Amino acid sequence: MSELLDVSGDFPLLGRTVREGKRLVYLDTGATAQKPTAVLDAERGFNERHNAAVHRGAHQVAEEATEAYESARAALAQFVGADFGEIVWTKNATEALNLVAYAFLNATLGLGGAEANGFRLREGDEIVVTELEHHANLVPWQQLAAKTGAVLRWIPATADGRLDTEQLDVIGEKTRIVAFTHASNVTGAITDVAPIVERAKRNGAMTVLDACQSAAHLPVDFHALGLDFAAFSGHKMLGPTGVGALYGRAALLEQMPPFITGGSMVEIVTMEETTFLPPPQRFEAGTQMVAQTVGLHAALDYLSDIGMERLAAHEDQLTALLLEGIASVPQVRVLGPTDTRDRLAVVAFEVDGVHPHDVGQVLDDQGLAVRVGHHCAQPTHRSFGVHASTRASAGVYTGAADVEAFIAGLHRVIDFFGVGA
Amino acid sequence: MASAMEQLYQQVILDHSRLRSGERSLEHPHGESFQVNPTCGDECRVQVRVTERRLTELGWTGKGCSISQASLSVMHEMLEGESFDDAEELGELFRELMRSRGAELEPADQQQLEDLSAFTGVAKYPARIKCALLGWMALRDAMLQAQHD
Ligand SMILES: Cc1ncc(COP(=O)(O)O)c(C=O)c1O
Repeated sequence: MSELLDVSGDFPLLGRTVREGKRLVYLDTGATAQKPTAVLDAERGFNERHNAAVHRGAHQVAEEATEAYESARAALAQFVGADFGEIVWTKNATEALNLVAYAFLNATLGLGGAEANGFRLREGDEIVVTELEHHANLVPWQQLAAKTGAVLRWIPATADGRLDTEQLDVIGEKTRIVAFTHASNVTGAITDVAPIVERAKRNGAMTVLDACQSAAHLPVDFHALGLDFAAFSGHKMLGPTGVGALYGRAALLEQMPPFITGGSMVEIVTMEETTFLPPPQRFEAGTQMVAQTVGLHAALDYLSDIGMERLAAHEDQLTALLLEGIASVPQVRVLGPTDTRDRLAVVAFEVDGVHPHDVGQVLDDQGLAVRVGHHCAQPTHRSFGVHASTRASAGVYTGAADVEAFIAGLHRVIDFFGVGA
Repeated sequence: MASAMEQLYQQVILDHSRLRSGERSLEHPHGESFQVNPTCGDECRVQVRVTERRLTELGWTGKGCSISQASLSVMHEMLEGESFDDAEELGELFRELMRSRGAELEPADQQQLEDLSAFTGVAKYPARIKCALLGWMALRDAMLQAQHD
């Protein structure tokens, strides 16, 4: 085993205590990551020196703000293997996924002219999702299908929470869109993207990757993966809330009608009609979250300094520790793969005879912050025959002592509710 | 002193979550209601049979945490056979307890709550109040329906 990273000191929030003086052990990074001082300083520094609306006005501060905003875009493009103009800022991954779904809807309603033909759906066209999706990459597609008469189909999950690669033939001639997760926020399973992209391409379907969990924990390269679209959120990558992004292949972004409309995304507006700017501005309506993009830029620098390969190796070790520790508690069943191959340090589990809320409460009492509930993935839980689970997820700042505290916490849960053997 | 968590999980609550008093489906209920807690997907169904504004039978089914299940169990023990007026009054008192942030109500009220007073500590945990109230929302709704029939 190589050395684990030791950077928790960079994260001020991790220094606090909870529930009457207990050290906070933050194991909810899958929901949102804590932010290093460098990110907090960057946001504050921007607000103190350079805050202005971007792409409007010609004063010096506005120029500086625009420069900061666009240089964050450049950094992000490089970080995920995309070109500068292929990154659209959004509020979060949810908005990015809706942006794509609404491009299809608006094109189907006749907007966007002949250029948007590739986005027009006809009755009987199929949209393929998977049983491992976060609601953010499921509900927008259900809605799109309901509005257009397209048919929603899905790739099922296996008993250990991976995508069932035996059933990729759900993707066929009628498929127009394949929307799938790069890594499940419940089971932690990492998807083998290549066979899905290959099958989608062969059938002329567009691919949409939910990279929310992956981009924050693994090196990703959207060009190398051959994707059409990918969505992710800044707050899961040590950045601020309120900023996320859509990656879209340049030729496709060109063809897409806008989603949210208004100021900053238009060329000429008359009382009757409007022409729109080219991408990415076409998709960035209204005053933008500039300070948050600057914060995210600092987060990307922070991650790059560590190196995503190193981060992934660090988290692999934590996954092994988590799975090993959990395996020592017989009352606990992992919802997801129990080996470390192609899996993130996101471990959802069930404690026999104890409801997740009660598990989380006893853990919380010891300073252990985990997620309880369905984690915005009800169908995924249903595939395991449960309603809800408890989830521990690690990040760059998680250490072996945190995992130890967590395993001790699990034993306390078992004792407290008297469900031991 | 007991920690906030020990106050939350009073023995009465742990016992009732296992006892599950009144857990059954009724034949031909006069009113019934199904409620879901959107944060965890927990659900319960409360059914009532009624004679002259009295809960002659009260049954429930559901899945949920110890707080929600114990609350249903205590509800059944305290309210089966009681009048609508008593059920409404007790429900109102329990909702007031859940708004109290962990403080006890007036001694007379606290006494009227009987086993429900064990839920006082729940109100310190905003995320758990919904668990305690889920069954009571269903009961109120089921009683309304029974009145309309
Ligand atoms: C896999 C996955 N997809 C999508 C989302 C949605 O992200 P956001 O809520 O930031 O839009 C999340 C986060 O909750 C996630 O884990």
